[in-house]
Amino acid sequence: MTSAQPEPVYNMDVVRGFALSALIWGVVGMSVGLVIALQLAWPELNIGPYFHFGRLRPVHTNVVIFGFTLGVVFAGSYYGVQRLCRARLPSDLLARLHLWLWNVGLVLAGLSLITGHTSSKEYAELEWPLDIVIVVIWVIYAVNFFGTVIKRRERGLYAAIWFWGATILTIAMLYIANNLALPVSLLKSYSIYAGMHDANIQWWYGHNAVGFVLTTPILGLMYYFLPRQVDRPIFSHRLSILHFWSLIFIYIWAGPHHLLFSPLPDWAQSVGMAFSIMLLLPSWGGMLNGLLTLRGAWARVRTDPILKMFVVGLTFYGMSTFEGPMMAIKTVNALSHFTNWTVGHVHSGALGWVALTCFATLYYLVPRLWHTPLWSQRLAETHFWVATLGILLYVTPMWISGVTQGLMWRATNPDGSLTYTFIETVAAIRVYDILRAMGGVVFLSGVLLMFWNVIQTIRKGSASIPAGASPHAAPLPAAGG
Amino acid sequence: MAFDWHRRLEANAVVFFILSFLAITVGGAVLLIPPYFLAGTIEPVAGLEPYSALEQEGRDIYVREGCNTCHSQQVRPFKSETDRYGTYSRAGEGIYDRPFLWGSRRTGPDLARVGGKYPDSWHWLHFQNPRDIEPRSNMPTFSFLSEHEVDLSTASRKLDVLRTLGAPYSDDEVSGAEAAARAQAAEVAASLRAAGVILDDQQAQSETIALIAYLQTLGRAVAAAPPKQVQLAPAAAPGAAAAAGEEGR
Repeated sequence: MTSAQPEPVYNMDVVRGFALSALIWGVVGMSVGLVIALQLAWPELNIGPYFHFGRLRPVHTNVVIFGFTLGVVFAGSYYGVQRLCRARLPSDLLARLHLWLWNVGLVLAGLSLITGHTSSKEYAELEWPLDIVIVVIWVIYAVNFFGTVIKRRERGLYAAIWFWGATILTIAMLYIANNLALPVSLLKSYSIYAGMHDANIQWWYGHNAVGFVLTTPILGLMYYFLPRQVDRPIFSHRLSILHFWSLIFIYIWAGPHHLLFSPLPDWAQSVGMAFSIMLLLPSWGGMLNGLLTLRGAWARVRTDPILKMFVVGLTFYGMSTFEGPMMAIKTVNALSHFTNWTVGHVHSGALGWVALTCFATLYYLVPRLWHTPLWSQRLAETHFWVATLGILLYVTPMWISGVTQGLMWRATNPDGSLTYTFIETVAAIRVYDILRAMGGVVFLSGVLLMFWNVIQTIRKGSASIPAGASPHAAPLPAAGG
Repeated sequence: MAFDWHRRLEANAVVFFILSFLAITVGGAVLLIPPYFLAGTIEPVAGLEPYSALEQEGRDIYVREGCNTCHSQQVRPFKSETDRYGTYSRAGEGIYDRPFLWGSRRTGPDLARVGGKYPDSWHWLHFQNPRDIEPRSNMPTFSFLSEHEVDLSTASRKLDVLRTLGAPYSDDEVSGAEAAARAQAAEVAASLRAAGVILDDQQAQSETIALIAYLQTLGRAVAAAPPKQVQLAPAAAPGAAAAAGEEGR
């Protein structure tokens, strides 16, 4: 605050901003998720034109993906890239623009979705003016990130930077290509692709939104913050190399597993299925590289909630990247597609892997950003257990629900006629919808605990560096292997 | 394996990220571009016409309300699906569909073949309150659509944009879009009134009317031109066919 403070070496304002905004969007987005889960069981909760399932579902997905997850990714990558490159972001102005444009854009996104302005394409719902805003922000992020890389005072690039950099390039390509549309008016446009081609490009985008928003940048967080927290080098540099290149190459091919048994050409479906199965190996390479980094330090997991979150997060990553390839096999997909199994699969990755890793990152960052120990270590520990219980309560009913509905849809009587009407399958899974919502309540209450913990930490801390403290963090241990 | 070459690569950020970008472009190029050029990828559906102005408005309302978040429009080629919904989906049906609306989750049933399955009046009552028709339904109530007059101010512009993208609308269809939409809405309203639904003047021009007009188109062209039947084998007794299947395939 005062001129007596040393000039900070790194731009931490933008990191603080994104850490806080991500936390707020997390609470908002997951609350909307809970509302739409309840709406499935109690349709009276759908209110008027603005607050029914059809309009709120994209609000939930957009806010948790772009507000919460990418918020943590921006915070973590800005924090990490400056330290790994020993260089400050090239432009404080661009960093501030990034923070404010992104958050204003998210508010506009929420309002536009509630008022029904949507392209309908999943995770790419926003209409063309907001698409342009997002592309501009993405360019700003790219300039700041790669600008730091270019002016680095460190020779080599560490694995976290590979993953974050690949994320920036890939999302730019996917987002622009999938959103190309011809405007009718300021708030309405038509996709330049039609029918099958539109489906093909949408799921090339949609699957790689999972790959390059919910996977590679989160791996970047894991590669940076897990070794830091455990104070050990990453298990294997070679494994990082192998799984980085194979992961980013293979991911792009897997989109057609969303379109099995559709009018997409059969060869494309088979290619998509084959690459989805291959994806298991690089995914598990990442999981193992993370888990084995803890070799010799497992005792610390018992007492450290941040490490617990990383470990369980990586375990869920391994589980959902086993489940995903399995669901991409045509015979399994014939049962699972269009059911709650898919929704459960997404959430075991999104809550188990993405959210837990993001929580761990926030718990690591907040005390360092506000220069004071976390307000309550015990509350963070409680959060871990509550979150894990919430995930299990969410995912288990969804598996049962999905398989139940899939089996009921295909059940036939001895004479070959269908056994169940559609509405009987809706009624059969209602109990699981209620259980899933309860899982959501538990998970969300954990997020509220974290929110309270972080606010209390910030209240007793200070954004400026205390006099006498070194602004430099300890250097990252060299990679082994 | 020696990975020294990679250490050198890690020291050269520009080359590193150019190679990364190349790695992520290959899959998309292979999957997305050839379908535009390979013969037979999209077999035309005979008699398929672009949506009328009112049907397109209805389709846009379907998108606006996120109907696709709960209803798929993609029937898979399984007996259980074709028995439940109708003929499986074909690529040729979608050439005027911007965006595609295949969906990803069936909270409600597939709608690709719903056109003509129920009378207009069924849809009207169902949108007013789905639970009046099916007490166990968890679909939201869309009665508010019947209170909004359908906005046709951009109807011509929409058809014009769709024509630019490839839909074969005539000049008259584009310039007369609004009048044609009003006329078609009056037809739907007349069918509702004939079925005993009491409509005021506003409801007769409401968004529900446009949405019904759209839903009644779904599967229309395929019903008129069913897929060619492929003759697998000469007709035989069921038992013989099963035996042949076991050893043959």
